[in-house]
Amino acid sequence: MSTSLIMFLVFIAITLGITFWASKRSAGSSAYFAAGRQIKGWQNGVAVAGDYMSAASFLGIAGLIAFFGYDGFMYSVGWLVAYLTVLLLVAEPLRNAGKYTMADVLAYRLKARPVRAMASLSTLTVSTFYMIAQMVGAGTLVALLLKDSGIKFPVAVIGVGILMIIYVVFGGMLATTWVQIIKAILLMGGTLLLSILVMAHFGFSFGAFFNAIGHVTYHDAKGTEVVKDFLTPGLRYKPPYGALDLISLGVALIFGTAGLPHILVRFYTVPDAKTARHSVVWAMVLIGSFYIMTTFLGFGAATIVGQDYIKGHGGTNMSAPLLAQALAGNVFFAFISAIAFATILAVVAGLTISASTSFAHDFWTNVIHKGVERAPGEEVRVARVAAFVVGFIAMGIAILLGPTANVAFLVALAFAVAASANLPVIVLSIYWRRFNTAGAVAGLAIGLLSSLFLILISPSFMAVDPPTLTVGRHIFQQKAWFPLENPAILSVPLGFLAAILGTLLTREPEAEAKFNELLVRSNTGLGAEQASAAH
Amino acid sequence: MAEAVKRYEASKSVWDGIANSRQFKDLMATKKVFIVPAFIFFVVYYFALPVLVGYAPNFMATKVIGNVNIAYLFALSQFFVAWIIAGLYVKAANDFDRLSQDIITKAGDGQGGK
Repeated sequence: MSTSLIMFLVFIAITLGITFWASKRSAGSSAYFAAGRQIKGWQNGVAVAGDYMSAASFLGIAGLIAFFGYDGFMYSVGWLVAYLTVLLLVAEPLRNAGKYTMADVLAYRLKARPVRAMASLSTLTVSTFYMIAQMVGAGTLVALLLKDSGIKFPVAVIGVGILMIIYVVFGGMLATTWVQIIKAILLMGGTLLLSILVMAHFGFSFGAFFNAIGHVTYHDAKGTEVVKDFLTPGLRYKPPYGALDLISLGVALIFGTAGLPHILVRFYTVPDAKTARHSVVWAMVLIGSFYIMTTFLGFGAATIVGQDYIKGHGGTNMSAPLLAQALAGNVFFAFISAIAFATILAVVAGLTISASTSFAHDFWTNVIHKGVERAPGEEVRVARVAAFVVGFIAMGIAILLGPTANVAFLVALAFAVAASANLPVIVLSIYWRRFNTAGAVAGLAIGLLSSLFLILISPSFMAVDPPTLTVGRHIFQQKAWFPLENPAILSVPLGFLAAILGTLLTREPEAEAKFNELLVRSNTGLGAEQASAAH
Repeated sequence: MAEAVKRYEASKSVWDGIANSRQFKDLMATKKVFIVPAFIFFVVYYFALPVLVGYAPNFMATKVIGNVNIAYLFALSQFFVAWIIAGLYVKAANDFDRLSQDIITKAGDGQGGK
């Protein structure tokens, strides 16, 4: 296992080097938070793809397909198509009208303090949810990789957490952007290589590959041998609620991406709306190609490795690395694991920066100090402290949860929260003249609370376990009150409804009066934040 | 903010004037003609997948080529449809940029604003 250790150290050295280089160039808020708005379209596209293709994509989807076949592939589809919502509705208006965070656009014509406070809370919640999933992935991965050296899950989580904090605290957005770009290239390369090896295993015959998918053999919980066609839908989403759950997952994925704070902040790193648009398209090409390749990763793991073996070696999340090991031995296993690790590290850094930016810019400066930065550089200092705090909270919860759940599934819950709380208020504030502060606060609050509450009473947290089960027991030992695993089908309409009702119950002439200004700014780019001069 | 804010500022009447101008209305109409149908189309096309997979699993499991079924081909088609819509949008957005530029020029950004 020493190869994997060496590969880790090499990658970490490279990324820290980049961070150090970038830290020399980061000066001032615009540089720290938005990379000086000088990132090029293709670079930002690669960085968006890097931010997006997290542990959930690489480890999680491969695992879901390896265990549930076609139903796992539904995640891949939704996660790409979601970018059309970003491209058509959100990316350009946001770039034109905002500055650093999603709340900038909301606060534009609404009362800044309540709106920023709520938006900051929802940003922190979504980021933490997303981050916990990454930490679980990292912990499982490192614990598996270094099991000979006796490193356990909690230690692995702490290690990842500390590295992440170093990235963010010293590098800021520019370093994080470059880490994303390098990681995205590595991840695409590794996935392509793995896909080619899977096809080579089947003599480069798609017929042979899909035939093998038609006869996947494994042992069920009772130890009986089962042969299933893994291309047939319904292995995970079964009656009576499977169909609804699948639609609910679709709602979360399609509308969640456009509400993800760490993706939205990326559009502030480019010079203008046109570049923001091109970066979405770049990201869609990369992300789409990657998700199509999850066919080879997931079904390859199902046919070549088999879930019986995966279950005994780290569980669903380890399907892709174990596939690499089966195809090309330990060195390739270490290489793919290092990529997966880098993926997690980079995504966690991206999440931390969006969460800490939101805390510093929205909460500290604008809510507590009423929009006045009292000393130069204070906002950057607060963001650095916030990065430490957020990182430690996520580490703590990840260690509490332990290495049991599938990370793609955990991330889908973060998408549900983003779709329910953030998306309704973003869309309404850009497109609805009558929208006001009460509506925004109600929409954010109800979207956030309803999605969190429905997750808590869903089968993921509420189920009766057999007394023999000792590890990974559900928190509430009773029949779930809400039958769906993903709450989006109910919580997204609730978020919209609350935002609309809150608006209709109150009148805010100032907000309506400023609508024309926001409409013109967001649609034409008139007076948008400019790229700062070269350092 | 630490950053020097060089933002185009104008009075409410100026913004209202632009918002009610012929040019701006043209821009919004041009955007709407593309964005609304494109959005509706992709949402309907996307949700057809989970709805069919969920409620017509036997139909979706129909084999087309070898072991490849309708469900997989429909899922795969989503990627290409998404790419095509994105491509069409970028093409359409060139018109948006042209119309926006006219409005910005007329508003005098680059002289008074910056």
